[in-house]
Amino acid sequence: MKKKTDLFPYLLLIPAFLLVVTIVAWPLLETFRLSFTNASMRPTWNYVGFENYVEIFEDDFNEIILRTFLWMTISVVLKIVLGTVGALLLSAALPGRGLFRVLVMPPWVVPIAIGVFMWSWMYNGQFGMISGVAQRIGLIDGPFEFLAYKTSSFLSTIVTDVWIGVPLVSLYLLAAMQSIPRELHEAAWTDGASRFYRLRRITLPLIAPSIFTMALLSAIWTFNSFDIIWILTEGGPRGATTTMIIDTYKTAISRFRFGEGSARAVMILICLTAFSVIYMMLLMRTARKGESR
Amino acid sequence: MLYKYKWYEKLGMYAAMLVFLTFVLAPFLEAFLVSLRPLEAVFRAPHRFLTEDMSFRAYVTMWESVPNLPRYIFNSFFISCAVTLLALSCIIPAAYSVSRFEYRFRDGILTGFLAINMVGAAVLIIPLYKLMLSIGLLNTYWAMIVPGAAFTVPTGIFLMRSYFLRIPKELEEAAYVDGAGRLYTLWRVILPVALPGIIVVSITVFISAYAQQFLFALTFNSIDNYNPLPMGLFQFFGRERVVYNELMAASLVGILPVLFVYIFLQKYIVAGLTAGAVKE
Repeated sequence: MKKKTDLFPYLLLIPAFLLVVTIVAWPLLETFRLSFTNASMRPTWNYVGFENYVEIFEDDFNEIILRTFLWMTISVVLKIVLGTVGALLLSAALPGRGLFRVLVMPPWVVPIAIGVFMWSWMYNGQFGMISGVAQRIGLIDGPFEFLAYKTSSFLSTIVTDVWIGVPLVSLYLLAAMQSIPRELHEAAWTDGASRFYRLRRITLPLIAPSIFTMALLSAIWTFNSFDIIWILTEGGPRGATTTMIIDTYKTAISRFRFGEGSARAVMILICLTAFSVIYMMLLMRTARKGESR
Repeated sequence: MLYKYKWYEKLGMYAAMLVFLTFVLAPFLEAFLVSLRPLEAVFRAPHRFLTEDMSFRAYVTMWESVPNLPRYIFNSFFISCAVTLLALSCIIPAAYSVSRFEYRFRDGILTGFLAINMVGAAVLIIPLYKLMLSIGLLNTYWAMIVPGAAFTVPTGIFLMRSYFLRIPKELEEAAYVDGAGRLYTLWRVILPVALPGIIVVSITVFISAYAQQFLFALTFNSIDNYNPLPMGLFQFFGRERVVYNELMAASLVGILPVLFVYIFLQKYIVAGLTAGAVKE
């Protein structure tokens, strides 16, 4: 089906192109431009070269980058592991499966801000459910304020992020599992393969490409996650949950330093690009090794 | 027989489901219990699940406290539907293009879309605000619809592409041999076969549009009549004294419609997937 300079595929791209260029690409370039200025609420501004970039590294910016990657990695690993388990349970031929499918999805369907509002009450030490139940079964002696300490607030924001992310990962992996031809399982079963063996040798290898794709998408979304941390802790206590996106928003919107904020935004993009490129390279190398075997 | 489980396997799986559901549903249970308490009982330690003073009073009083609640729910739906339509009209042709044709820069374009996907809306909020201001879209539905759609397009293209890739090429070749045009082939041959995929992608887009209205509404809209649900509730409860029981009641009532829609469509997704229409 090769034709010379066929315009049809390009025409099909036009609507998506127009939308994405106006709303994402152009503002993106504008962010790059602003990052070399000292723009703020004042009416005048100047180009200042790399001053903003030099300045942000004088703070504890390295720490923020590390914290962001740690936050993202823990959250994505949990989402993928729980999502795979969820997809397996969703696909199991058991009575009550339909009900389970319906009940698992609400966190994904509900507006993020509203889900987070519920969690903020859950984490309340005096009146919240988690602290209350933990006290009753004797895990803790008195009220525990989950969002008041560095480690616990870091982990609490991750738990809420996982709560919101798991349903979509499960659904996506369920779709991948259901596209596996039934004959493969039947053939293996006829040969006497156990359920665990079929899981390890048929299901997991065949959904592996979907898992890797989902992990990358999920990593990108998690990196950019804003609402959850903002509503729960606003980056506190003492910066324990300040990820790069929170840090950028605080600089740009709360302190009106548009130039410096844009430089921090550019650093987010650089980190994410580096991460994605390394991820893809590792993935391709593993895939090639698998083929040559 | 193939799918018959031994008793301990069943037990393990039901136990796993129970743990999973506890994690997923606990916040909703908590919200429901809070909504049933009088306000002074909400702030009462130690925590108890059930108390005698529970009632549905908050569900009555909230309509006076949040007079615009039906409007917020409508807005959330309207914005999400518009986002889905706009996004699909961009996603389907683009995904078809990158999955079916070989041309120069195709992989570059695909990588470009993936790269765009990395940009979160919060990062671009300053230039986006300037853009909305200069084309006069601030304080309109469009200011929430257009950016909402743009940020779902790259992911949508990726998901849709994976469905198109599974459709055998012979299907189109047969249509071409019969003399069908390419737009006609896309519309009448490919789209019906890809319907399960389109449904999954539309629901994904709709739900993410529904979940992520907060930031755009917060930044681009200050007219209460256009506010979607999360923003409507947020500004109401951002007051000095937070009426938690009414907040939770309004949240739960506000999310009921979308939950019903989901429950209805969910069967459709799973049916579409298991029908195996796309199998070779």
